[in-house]
Amino acid sequence: MKEFALIFRLKDIADFQPSPEQMQERMNWLGSIAAQNKLVDKGNTLLPATGSAKTVKPDNVVTDGPYTEIKEFISGYIVVRAESIDEAVAMAKGNPIFKIGGNIEVREVLNRG
Amino acid sequence: MKDAQSYHELLPHLFRQEYAKMTAVLCRHFGLKHIEIAEDIASDTFLKASEHWAINGVPENPTAWLYTVAKNRAKDYFKRLSVYERQVINEIVADNIQGEYDFELDGPALADSQLAMIFAVCNPANSSASQISLALQILCGFSVEEIANAFLAKPETIKKRLLRARANLRNDNFRLTIGNETDIHPRMDNVLKTLYLLFNEGYFSKTNNQHIRKELCSEAIRLTLLLTEHPLTHTAQTYALLALMCFQSSRLQARASDKGETILFEAQDRNLWDQSLIQRGNYYLIKATDGNEVSKYHLEAGIAYWHTTPIDENKWQHILQLYNQLMLIEYAPMTALNRAFAFAKVYGNEKGIHEAEKLKLTENAYYHGLLGYLYAPIKTDQAIHHYRRAVQLTKSKMEKLTIEKELQRLIS
Repeated sequence: MKEFALIFRLKDIADFQPSPEQMQERMNWLGSIAAQNKLVDKGNTLLPATGSAKTVKPDNVVTDGPYTEIKEFISGYIVVRAESIDEAVAMAKGNPIFKIGGNIEVREVLNRG
Repeated sequence: MKDAQSYHELLPHLFRQEYAKMTAVLCRHFGLKHIEIAEDIASDTFLKASEHWAINGVPENPTAWLYTVAKNRAKDYFKRLSVYERQVINEIVADNIQGEYDFELDGPALADSQLAMIFAVCNPANSSASQISLALQILCGFSVEEIANAFLAKPETIKKRLLRARANLRNDNFRLTIGNETDIHPRMDNVLKTLYLLFNEGYFSKTNNQHIRKELCSEAIRLTLLLTEHPLTHTAQTYALLALMCFQSSRLQARASDKGETILFEAQDRNLWDQSLIQRGNYYLIKATDGNEVSKYHLEAGIAYWHTTPIDENKWQHILQLYNQLMLIEYAPMTALNRAFAFAKVYGNEKGIHEAEKLKLTENAYYHGLLGYLYAPIKTDQAIHHYRRAVQLTKSKMEKLTIEKELQRLIS
């Protein structure tokens, strides 16, 4: 079994606050992965709001949020267990984030074992 | 003096109640290393009571009588020791035992002794099964035979299990005084887990003896109640666990038929649900939600709460969401199966089947039982296939009977 990070990206800050229905769908998706004993780390939600997001750059340059350079922002991540990247991709496909124009990056975690 | 015959009914009851307390109080003086001495004195006291009361009748205050005898036995024991081993035994210990205060029958000293004993018994060095067996023996006064009945195991197996567990108990340097948080904190999780398992052993018992089941559940509740009465142990999690136990217990009567068969939730006679236990569950659940903590016990109590409510439009959606959260805290096959059931209740059988089949618990009887149930109204042949597999896999006789009945219905 390999481990994969699923990294969630959203385009619009307004989508960050989900409706109760969206929240239910999201939890159903996450609960389903956990029910298959394939959730390694439930990860974290990363706050995008001003005051909660800064980017630190060389030469003491600090900017607000990640927004100045990329339009999308990372809203959170989880780590799952899967036989292959295809399986991890199949898991990601079930996430309701696509309904609101978001996307998911699937990345294998380097096994340092 | 009461009627001499009444001791026959009184003694087993008193024994159960007082033996564990007495051992706990005595152990405070002897230390865990010598728990056998404490138990010998307690047993001896009850033996004397059974002889004496049979002839002279039951005294006015049987409990006080028992403690007076126990106290004297303990003093005798120390006297004898000090004669033979004057060099070894510290006089101070013998002096201590003289004080009336030390053998307080109720109040803080007794509660503390019992509480300390719970923490001593719930030693993570022992397996869960051993901890529960030990708890039943030392904290609840169960005999080896009774424990064997509850586990559907041979008495010899239980005896061996207890011997090993007791060796660990003696070698454990746990202090039998509940002084401060540092004594308690490292074991608190394990204590709650053991009480939770003790309760489940009763609630989902392998035995279909309704009496044993109720006894196990009520003992688990009694011990958890003790925890809620001490400022160091009345945590949000303790209250949540107690709420869970109350909600579940409220259905004990309704979930078994006269023959001991399990009656599924939907077929239960709701008039048999114990409303007073449901209300107590509500009370403890509110106390558990004082802070922000959401533990496994909170979530399970929440699910049990929704089960006690009458039909609510969103009931199963609430239950499903609680199962989702529970899954994130801890993976367990039973939780995953229950979640799939709730999923089917919200989104219908077909989606439920899809969700259940993802679990791939193909060697689990409940997995096939669930799929049989979900397929039954849609694809009879699939339902029969899964029910047959469930019959092959289940270890419970009653479960087998229940499924076979369902199979008969589908085939005919």
